[in-house]
Amino acid sequence: MKSDMLKPALLLGPLVLFLGLAYLVPFLGVMQWSVTLPEPGFGQYGKAVSDPLIQSVFFRTFRICLIVTVCAVAAAYAISYVWVRGTPVQRLVTELCILIPFWISVLTRAFGWVALLSNRGLINTWLQSAGIISEPLTMVRNEFGVVLGMMHFLIPFAVFPIASAMRSLDERVFLAARGMGASRLRIFWSIFVPMTLPGILGAGLMVFVFALGFFITPAILGGGRSVMIAELIYLRIFQSPDWGLGAAVSVILMVFVALLLVLMLRFVRPNKMLG
Amino acid sequence: MKPTPIAVILAFAVALFLLLPLIAVVPVSFTPARFLSMPTDVWSLRHYQALIDNPAWLQSIWLSLRIGILSSVIATLLALAFSLGIWMFRPWFGNLLFGFVLLPMVAPPVVSAITLYFFLTTLSKVNDVVAYDTWVGVAIAHAVMIAPFAVVMVTVALAQVDRRIDLAARGFGATVSQRIFKVILPNIKFGVFTAFFLSFVLSWEEIGVTLFITSVDAVTLPRMMWMGLRDNIDPAIAAISVILIGIVIAVILLKSAVTFKLSRKT
Repeated sequence: MKSDMLKPALLLGPLVLFLGLAYLVPFLGVMQWSVTLPEPGFGQYGKAVSDPLIQSVFFRTFRICLIVTVCAVAAAYAISYVWVRGTPVQRLVTELCILIPFWISVLTRAFGWVALLSNRGLINTWLQSAGIISEPLTMVRNEFGVVLGMMHFLIPFAVFPIASAMRSLDERVFLAARGMGASRLRIFWSIFVPMTLPGILGAGLMVFVFALGFFITPAILGGGRSVMIAELIYLRIFQSPDWGLGAAVSVILMVFVALLLVLMLRFVRPNKMLG
Repeated sequence: MKPTPIAVILAFAVALFLLLPLIAVVPVSFTPARFLSMPTDVWSLRHYQALIDNPAWLQSIWLSLRIGILSSVIATLLALAFSLGIWMFRPWFGNLLFGFVLLPMVAPPVVSAITLYFFLTTLSKVNDVVAYDTWVGVAIAHAVMIAPFAVVMVTVALAQVDRRIDLAARGFGATVSQRIFKVILPNIKFGVFTAFFLSFVLSWEEIGVTLFITSVDAVTLPRMMWMGLRDNIDPAIAAISVILIGIVIAVILLKSAVTFKLSRKT
């Protein structure tokens, strides 16, 4: 009997122990920072929810994340539709356009947007040499650049749950609808979209959760002007050290994301997202 | 039901949106100027030359390679053992454990970053190998971040294995290690390799956590790029980006070609 317990423990134990020591215990340490630095008590949490500056960062983060989620899911829906149901050539092209950005690092992609949008970037240079504008348009170091950069990062992630929902549909439903005289538009809006709704909601929640913790893209494309929660944490740890506040905001973010994840699991089966 | 022309146009607009920033990097990398700009008359290779001339770039690439290999070996081995344990023994608390090991993947990266910052700065007080701003410390932190992805990849591979072959081996009296090494591993070796490869790529491009746990000594390639992106944008970033994009495209095309060839064989 003893060896029956021993062998699973030998296999399962190392990773659980590793993550317990290197992740769970340190996270408890961060929680401890949040209630002990600079003085014991829940003062930092009070500050995190009442300070108008931090409130405005939370508010901006939610606003940007909502915009990004809606736009990214809509874009992902459009490209998934052709990726799943298009001709072989269309499928190959869309697949490459989804996979190539997916494998390229977040830094390179954020830099790509800088190269595209900055004052001496591709778009401004073209528009100026074509004589359409005389002064460069300001498209980075503001929320516009942040939204585009985040959308670009998140669209491939939104594609996978949506495409998997689209693949699992029963083709006969559409034949039946056609046989009963429904137009293509009617089939799309009354059958196709409602049947892929779980994929849409799952993708939306996933994108929103990812977007909340975003740090690199807003830091590069926002240029320090539109600070979001994650960058606020970074600044509180490294630039104007207030570890307690940084830790408290982290804990709030973690709790919020955990709630969203519980909600997400109701829409997307984890094993479906992988397929 | 084939997509209508409008749907195809919309989809290709999204595809263009996804490719555009990657294309924009290319001309910028050939600018003769010292600042970010489009080349007008002269195209120059000076920023590619700068990558070779400045030893800091090569050092950071070498550092990222070492960190990537060490962290992905650790993550893949731990994840392999864990996934095998879940698959072979199916413990009743398996779902709970599975959820636990996926934590670093689902938590906001910045929360993981501050957590690992706490971990390494605490360890710094007692040793200087696995510590803040050391390459081993970064590799351990990366292993924490990428292990969940390796678990997912290996578990997906195991889901394809027919349980009956393992049951047969067991019925003939194979020990646990015989079942693992002679029966299960040969069936999932491709999945394990994929897990290792994905882990390496994730560590190679990791920046969110790395920013928190390094300062001046352990400057990985992404950290090096980050420094060139923050203040005055250095066009050398464009040159290195073009190279990285080229590698990704080459690997994806190679993989597509191989899958295409394999699909014709069968």
